[in-house]
Amino acid sequence: MNRETPQPTDAPAIPLGRARRATPHDSAEKHVTGTAVYIDDMAEPAGTLHACLGLSDRAHAEILSIDLDAVATSPGVVGVLTATDIPGENDVSPTGKHDDPVFAEDRVLFHGQPMFAVIAETREAARRAVAKAKIGYRDHDPITDIAAAEAAGGDLVTDPLTLSRGDAAAAIAAAPRRLDGTMTIGGQDHFYLEGHIALAIPGEDDDVTVHSSTQHPSEVQHMVGHVLGVPSNAVTVEVRRMGGAFGGKETQSNLFAAVAALAAKRWGRAVKIRPDRDDDMIATGKRHDFQVSYAVGYDDTGRIHGVEATYAARCGFSADLSGPVTDRALFHADNCYHYPAVRLSSRPLRTNTVSNTAFRGFGGPQGMLGAERMIEEIAYALGRDPLEVRKANFYAPGRDLTPYHQRVEDCVIARIVAELEQSADYQARRTAIIEANRESRIIRRGIALTPVKFGISFTATWYNQAGALVHVYRDGSIHLNHGGTEMGQGLNIKVARVLADAFGVGLEAVKITATSTGKVPNTSATAASSGSDLNGMAAADAARQIIDRLRAFAVEHYGVSADEVAFERGKVWLGSERMAFGALIDAAYLARVQLSAAGFYKTPEIHWDRAAGKGKPFYYYAYGAAVSEVAVDTLTGEYQVERVDILHDVGRSLNPAIDLGQIEGGFVQGMGWLTTEELWWDDEGRLRTHAPSTYKIPLASDVPRDFRVRLADWSENTKPTIRRSKAVGEPPFMLAISVLEALSMAVASVSDYRECPRLDTPATPERVLMAVERLRAGG
Amino acid sequence: MVAIRHSMSFLLNDETVTLEAVGPSDTLLDYLRLQARLRGTKEGCAEGDCGACTVLVGRLSAQGLVYETVNACIRLLASLDASHVVTIEHLARGGRLHAVQQAMVDHHGAQCGFCTPGIVMSLYGLLLDTPEPDDDAIETALQGNLCRCTGYAPILRAARAAAEDRTQDADPLIAGRAAVTARLQAMRDGARVALTRDGQRALLPASLTDAVDVLAETPGATIVAGATDVGLWVTKEMRPISPTIFIGHLDALQAIEEGEREITIGAGVSYAVMARIIAAHFPFLAEYWQRIGGQQVRNMGTVGGNVANGSPIGDTPPPLIALGAEVDLLSAEGRRSLPLEDFFIGYGRQDRRAGEIVERLRIPKPGADVICAAYKVSKRRDEDISAVCGAFRFKVADGVITAARIAYGGMAATPRRARAVERYLIGQRWCEAAMARAGDAVAEDLTPITDWRASAEYRHKIARNMLRRVYLEHEDARATRLPHRGAA
Repeated sequence: MNRETPQPTDAPAIPLGRARRATPHDSAEKHVTGTAVYIDDMAEPAGTLHACLGLSDRAHAEILSIDLDAVATSPGVVGVLTATDIPGENDVSPTGKHDDPVFAEDRVLFHGQPMFAVIAETREAARRAVAKAKIGYRDHDPITDIAAAEAAGGDLVTDPLTLSRGDAAAAIAAAPRRLDGTMTIGGQDHFYLEGHIALAIPGEDDDVTVHSSTQHPSEVQHMVGHVLGVPSNAVTVEVRRMGGAFGGKETQSNLFAAVAALAAKRWGRAVKIRPDRDDDMIATGKRHDFQVSYAVGYDDTGRIHGVEATYAARCGFSADLSGPVTDRALFHADNCYHYPAVRLSSRPLRTNTVSNTAFRGFGGPQGMLGAERMIEEIAYALGRDPLEVRKANFYAPGRDLTPYHQRVEDCVIARIVAELEQSADYQARRTAIIEANRESRIIRRGIALTPVKFGISFTATWYNQAGALVHVYRDGSIHLNHGGTEMGQGLNIKVARVLADAFGVGLEAVKITATSTGKVPNTSATAASSGSDLNGMAAADAARQIIDRLRAFAVEHYGVSADEVAFERGKVWLGSERMAFGALIDAAYLARVQLSAAGFYKTPEIHWDRAAGKGKPFYYYAYGAAVSEVAVDTLTGEYQVERVDILHDVGRSLNPAIDLGQIEGGFVQGMGWLTTEELWWDDEGRLRTHAPSTYKIPLASDVPRDFRVRLADWSENTKPTIRRSKAVGEPPFMLAISVLEALSMAVASVSDYRECPRLDTPATPERVLMAVERLRAGG
Repeated sequence: MVAIRHSMSFLLNDETVTLEAVGPSDTLLDYLRLQARLRGTKEGCAEGDCGACTVLVGRLSAQGLVYETVNACIRLLASLDASHVVTIEHLARGGRLHAVQQAMVDHHGAQCGFCTPGIVMSLYGLLLDTPEPDDDAIETALQGNLCRCTGYAPILRAARAAAEDRTQDADPLIAGRAAVTARLQAMRDGARVALTRDGQRALLPASLTDAVDVLAETPGATIVAGATDVGLWVTKEMRPISPTIFIGHLDALQAIEEGEREITIGAGVSYAVMARIIAAHFPFLAEYWQRIGGQQVRNMGTVGGNVANGSPIGDTPPPLIALGAEVDLLSAEGRRSLPLEDFFIGYGRQDRRAGEIVERLRIPKPGADVICAAYKVSKRRDEDISAVCGAFRFKVADGVITAARIAYGGMAATPRRARAVERYLIGQRWCEAAMARAGDAVAEDLTPITDWRASAEYRHKIARNMLRRVYLEHEDARATRLPHRGAA
């Protein structure tokens, strides 16, 4: 029972920048006392109404009639809304494709598509009323999966992408060995603990304020304006915190906010919409499931000569973010490996299922899983440890060009893997496991070390900008606002620390406030792991402006030189004199110095030409590696993750405690995706796993008892990011691929590792047992 | 003639609350958030699976005042007469965080914070009961709490740290035990409670005898014990359940008799209380039992309820059938007994006549010469519904199987005995080959369906493999089971 306390604590072993402190989350005390306010906890304005969506119960049908008479006369109902009640446009498509209606009009394209909304005095009354709708349909056959979509002609929701370098087909043909395969990768529900919610409060004229649980307040603002037919300046969107998001609240909040705002303006009362968990899971998008088909040419040393792969994705009925998601899958189809010649294509397929969306990793995990499967296949074909094949293909000087023609210049994967291999005692454990498997009839073990390289920056280059608004009040207290949103990831505490350090004051002097479109405009989604990189820099820019003014004031007013002015520990040093920060501020105010600044940041260097498939979409890469060991019960396929060792690169950590939390949490979420979290649609296109009773995310008892996570404390970002840190939100998610491959090894043991088990995901106990039996039967 | 009271009273943290307008479908969570406006308790799923709404409920039992974690989302308000409801707002006192809360802050146990109040309450409940929990106990206490952000590692670190804190004697629930007991006893006036709201009726009989009378007077009433199933009819299906007879508070249904030949379990005994009987008399079931629901559900749900609702995937009927349990049904006409397997007639149909309530279960003790085993397979190890569960009871004499009782759940429309398998095995040698061959007969007995929990093919395979496991495990337990932690 050896559970090691992880390395990074309050007393790190290496010298640190001042920002690098394991400060608890700014809301930690509020979280543990239940006093942190989520939208459903806010005191509702008097007369608040409640909305409930009426969802389609067909996956693909024409709507012949919508009879809402019984709905409208149900007790407590104030009114109903359908497409005809929308004054602006009936669309919340985030990419301008006009394919995401708020309410379906003449046809429904997935089971669970919103068709109308009921507005009632209570949430219960609204829910009861919805059930009374009578909808007439004419059914069409639904296309619900990738195979059916391809069979029906392969309609795409958006333009596919091809990345190509060299002549992949020729390289594969000329290589000494070749293998072909297909892998099916399941999707994932976000299962944020706080479901979607919006509270809209009508104002005068066209104004409306919407409290929305969203990662992207600016987009919600634009969408609400669009649906109401009013300019963006009439709409204010606020978000103090979310109870989890993980990408599920990047675009999927739009519809709920629009419905609440629509009803609020229509009836002149505040309106709240909070779908039941089942409706939330049925009606909102998820991680894309993929089918990866690949051909690899390689040689006897395991070195890859050429790769051709197609990444087909179930996108659902509309584009949503499927374009950039499937793009990012291709951007990660190399993971850490150099492909001398390569051709990668995406197939963003339209299906009669909910429109899939952003989810931590944003296609990257699926892309990477394809790469790791190819490595695994090569290893089994050659009878080698997959780790050897990995090492043979790592990016290295001279072998550093990606399929999108960006050079990998900051590659530390070889060092990370070498250190982890050592610290996790990988080789000895692998040998022992192979030995033990020979003796064990029923219980088999597996171990795997897998690496991660994840590109940081939005591939939509214009998203790589951020703003912040900083006020210093006359008493020296500081008001911090930036365009990022807090979903639990600790963005606010990181940015607040940057600001506090800039002014030389304690954290208690900095007030973290709700993100508001009225304070920082045109923000990007808090996504792509970019929150601290972008908003930290924007806040630092705002602080710099104010400090420059204060310094100029001090030089003029106190007759010191600029380099004699220093801000430290709540004091301002003026040569050998010092004064309280607040006193300087008050003096500056009286001298009419502006004490407010808007900061701005845009990521340098990056560019991307999608048509050519060339550019530098990523500012830098984050790296990591994990070793997982599992035990599998070959009578049932059940398994247990026994030990996990992780070494992860966050550059110079802004906050080791927060970063550790992202790594542990990301890993376990990734493990859930690859093991027990199964989205199951029936033949009629109905999602049947739409609540925690049927959709199984990891529990405390699924977490490895022996879980050793370390930060690569020698790493610092080669780029001048905020304090040389690296983004941490998404990359650790993919460390969980090691669990899948360890399961695979345990399964492979039943046929003496001669055959790659080709486990599809999620590798539920059922899939594991079926693979065991397939291998035992000889493939 | 019993007295009838038209109001209910309970303690909410420190306050006494008396309510008159209460309907049977009103949930504790809605009461807390919408009426009492205590919004620290969150709604995550409204079906008792995520634990974000975890609160403690104190009740007077044969062991005195006990506090148990429950899911407020499916705990029906009317059932709380004479109980003490303790919410997250009760923990921090005088501006000081409780030890569990402080440990969660110190160890970064919260990220988004939405599951956190529920996690704090589950750990608080654990430490009240088990001041020095080991890792197994901590994980067991958290089986009913989902966290999507942290990966649980910091929560487990916090739990261990909180368990080190020795200031718990000052905890108000420990220090105030006598006073709370007195206040709750004063609320128990022996009356039948009859509550209504908007014409919906909730009835809390004064006694078991009264319950039989109430049922006779109220044909078609919904009987509710722990509400872990009926709660979902309310929150998910919005099914009307009025008139509703609540029986979870009846002392007579909590009775446990440990006789020489058999154990008698009142229908109102919760899974959690039953766990103590399992440990003492049916240790082979201990690990299996710990995988039923999460801790909150085990505190609320009852063995009788799991039997009475007749679900094909209930985890209690297969082992009870394998052990040869009988069910006693009580009505105004008297008591009727039948073997448990005969109680299940078809999907959703049980042999319970109008006016009858499931009173108790009588479970024969397995003798020393008997080999018993029970297994559950589900996608996720804990807090999941079985794909298949199987229970086995064999008598072996001189290397030959002389008796066999085998029952499966998840393999048919009801929990069912595998009689063809039993017939095949009786007279066979006790060996792996016979158990493997017996698997062929599973198909004669059972034709499972394919659904989101498992395919028919997989269900078949594991039902067969369970038979082999009984033998293999009997020969060498360590070599055949995952190195599980937990009750085993």
